[in-house]
Amino acid sequence: MISFSEIETTAKRATRSVGFSWGISEEVGKNIRLLEMFGLPGVKNINQYFKIYNAEKFEDINAFSRSNISKKHYCPINAGVNFFDQSSTISDLGQMEINNLAFPLLFIPFVSRTSELIGKRIFLKMDNKEFLFNFNQSIYSNYLSGDIVEKSEKINLQFLENKNSFSETEWSELYKISENTFVEETDELKQKTAGAGLTDND
Amino acid sequence: MNIQLRDPKNLMKLSKLGSFHQSKLSFLRSFLNEFKDWEYKKDLFQLNEKGYGRAVYSFSKKNKTYSLVCFANEISDEERSDRVIATKWDAAFALHDGVPTKKDLERLALNVPKQEVGRLSYKELTLSRANKSVRIFDHVVDSLSKGNQPNTELLSKVGYLYRTTAVYGSGKFGLADRFRIKNREEIYGPFRLEMMLVYLVRQFTFDQVNHIARHKNPNTAIELDLNICRNLGIGNSTGLGMAPFIVNHPILLNNWILARETALKKIREIEKATKEELNIFKNCLVRSLKNVTNWNTDSEFQNKKIKQLIEDLEKFIKFLNEDFSFENTFPFNKIYIWAEENLGDECIEYIVSMMMEPYDEIINPLTHKMSSEEDRYFNIPINRTIEELRNILEKRYSEILKIDFKKKENNQNFWFISKNKEEPRVANRYELEGSNLEQPLAIARDIKKLYEAIFTQKNSLKIGKFLTNHNHLRHVVRRAFITEKFPYAEIQDNTIGSQLMPIDMLRLKLSFFGAIKFDPKSDKWLRICMFQGAPLPADLKSFDKHWIYNSLN
Repeated sequence: MISFSEIETTAKRATRSVGFSWGISEEVGKNIRLLEMFGLPGVKNINQYFKIYNAEKFEDINAFSRSNISKKHYCPINAGVNFFDQSSTISDLGQMEINNLAFPLLFIPFVSRTSELIGKRIFLKMDNKEFLFNFNQSIYSNYLSGDIVEKSEKINLQFLENKNSFSETEWSELYKISENTFVEETDELKQKTAGAGLTDND
Repeated sequence: MNIQLRDPKNLMKLSKLGSFHQSKLSFLRSFLNEFKDWEYKKDLFQLNEKGYGRAVYSFSKKNKTYSLVCFANEISDEERSDRVIATKWDAAFALHDGVPTKKDLERLALNVPKQEVGRLSYKELTLSRANKSVRIFDHVVDSLSKGNQPNTELLSKVGYLYRTTAVYGSGKFGLADRFRIKNREEIYGPFRLEMMLVYLVRQFTFDQVNHIARHKNPNTAIELDLNICRNLGIGNSTGLGMAPFIVNHPILLNNWILARETALKKIREIEKATKEELNIFKNCLVRSLKNVTNWNTDSEFQNKKIKQLIEDLEKFIKFLNEDFSFENTFPFNKIYIWAEENLGDECIEYIVSMMMEPYDEIINPLTHKMSSEEDRYFNIPINRTIEELRNILEKRYSEILKIDFKKKENNQNFWFISKNKEEPRVANRYELEGSNLEQPLAIARDIKKLYEAIFTQKNSLKIGKFLTNHNHLRHVVRRAFITEKFPYAEIQDNTIGSQLMPIDMLRLKLSFFGAIKFDPKSDKWLRICMFQGAPLPADLKSFDKHWIYNSLN
C-alpha cells in the first residue's frame, strides 16, 4: 500500500513538473492526501488531469463572482487556489455558480479547507453529485463510485450560515433529560455545600 | 535575572549550527530514558554458522510491543558500499509495530533486504540497512574464536562493528504514516522509533559477532567482553538526504532549537548552583575530553575545528581552575559570557551542551516539546496585509535581505533530486545542467524576491489578493508567516552560496540525534557514531545518565 506521505510528496512533485509554482504544488500535495484520506479518488483524478494538462488550454478564474462562466474549461487547481485565497470575500456572496470546471474533484479539497478557514459549512452540488463540507473535519457526499470525473457542466456552491440542525423544543427536551444527572438541592445541601451558605449578600 | 533567548539572526547561521554537539536533549539519550523500564527480549535468532539468517528483538510494556526484524545477508566485498546507490547490504532491518506473525516475517524477508525497491506496510514503522566495518568485524570474530578479546585500541579507531547507511520512517516506501502513531506517549519525541531501531541493531551486531566466533571455533571461542560492547556504538554514513529535511520542517527545526535555547536561558538564570550540580558539570566536562581527543578524521575542515576546540577547551579549563569561582552568583551566566568573549563557536556550543548535564528538571520537560505539527500552520493567512508581511520580513529576515543575489557567488548552487535514487544533491548552476529543476530550498534568495515584489504594493493589500498575481512566491509567503510565530524556524543564511558547507546542515541534525565523532568525508557526506558508551539492553533498569562520556576511547 502507498502511504499518505508518499501520495503527498509525489502529487507535489508531479504538480511542479507540469508547470505550477512550488507553493501551489505544496497545496496540491496536501489536497490529494486529503482526498485519499476522505476516501475520494485524488490520485486517479490528478493523474488523468496531468496527462492532458499541457495539451489542452484551461481557463483561470482570477476573481470569483456569483456566476463564473467560461466556454473553455476552468483549471480546477488555479480555480481552487484563488477560491481559497479569496474566501473571505467569496463567502459574503452566499452562493455561487461555476460552469465548465475540469476535473472538479481536484477543486473539492480547496473547498473543504475553505470551510475550515471561514468557519462555515459549504454545500456543493456538482451535476447530480452532492457534497457537504464540515469545517475540513469530514465530507458528507452521495458520490461513492471512486471514478474519474473529467468535467462538471455546472457547480453550485452555498455558504451555509452557522445554525443548529434541531429545534428549540428538541434541545429543551434533551437538556431536561441531561438534568437527571444533577442532585436536587435541599436547604441543608445549599447551606453546607456551596460555600456561601444561604445568603451571599453583604 | 531575566536572560534573553539568543538572537536567531546570529544563532541560525550555518557555521554556528554546524558547531552544535550532542546534549542531554539529544534523541538517543531521551529514547533510552523513555524506554528504560520496557522489557527487552531476543525473540528469535536463526543465523547459520556464518551469521546469515534472521533475528527478532523486542521492547514490550503492558500490551504494546515494538519488534526489530533483522535479515543478515551474504554479500561480496565488491557489492558492499555505503553510498545510497548501493543495492545490497550486510544486514537489513525493519521495526515492526507489535509481534510479527510468521506471515509478516515471510513478507518482510521478501521486501526488507531490497530496501527502497521493496514495499513495507502500515505495520512497519522504520526501515534501515547496515554494512559491516569489515576490518573491525573480522578482527573481532578472529580474536573471539581464538579465545582472546579484540584489540581495544583498534576498536577505538572506528567505534562500531556496523554502520547504517540510511534509516527511513514516516511513510517512506509504504511504512506507517506518522498520523497513525503520533499520539503514543512513549514516542512523543522526534525520531524515537529510529533511535530504537539503531539501538536494537547495535545489540544484533554483538550477538552476531559472538555467534560467528562460536561456530568458527566452538572449543576456544569466548564472548565479547560486555565493557567492550558498551564502548561500541553503531556507525552511520550520512549524505545530503538530511539537509533538505531541516529546511522542509521549519516548525520542527524551531522546536529543537527553542528547546536548546530555553535550556540555556534557564541555566544561565540559576542564581546559585549546588555543589552536586557543579560536580556533575565539571565531571562531565573532564570525562568528555576523551571523546574530543580521540576524535579521528581525515577531514582538514573538521581537524581544524577539532584543533580549535581542544585549544579552547584547555583555555576554558584553565579559566575555570584559576580565574573562576563557583561561589559567584549566576555562575553559568558568567561562564557563558566569558565563553562568548573568549572562545570559538565549536567550544561555546560544547560548553552549552555540558551545562545541561546537571539539570534533569530543566531538560526532561523540554524533551517532550521537540515534536511538531507542521500541518497546523500550512494555510496562508490570506486576510493579513502586505504591511504585516513586510514587517515580518524586515524583523525576521534582516540578515538575509542584505545578501546580493545578483552576485554570481551568492547564487552559485542549486539543489535537485537525482532521478537515479530520488536523493537530494547540490550542484554548481554555472557548470552543471539541471537548475531548471531546482528544488525550493533557496529560501534566502526567494525571500529576497518576495521582499522586492511587495516593495511597490499597497500596505493595505490583503495577502490573498497579492497572491493572485504572485503565486510563484507562494512557498515563501507561507514560510514568512510560519517564521513570524516560530523565530528559530529558518536558517538565517544562504543555502546556495559558493561558501555553502552542506555538512553544516547534516551536523545540526545529527547533533540533535546525539551523534558524536563527526567525520566528514567531503563537504557533502560524513560518518558518525551513535550509542557509543550506551548501556546494553540488560543494563537499562539502572544506568548512568551521563553514559555518553563513558567511552573508553
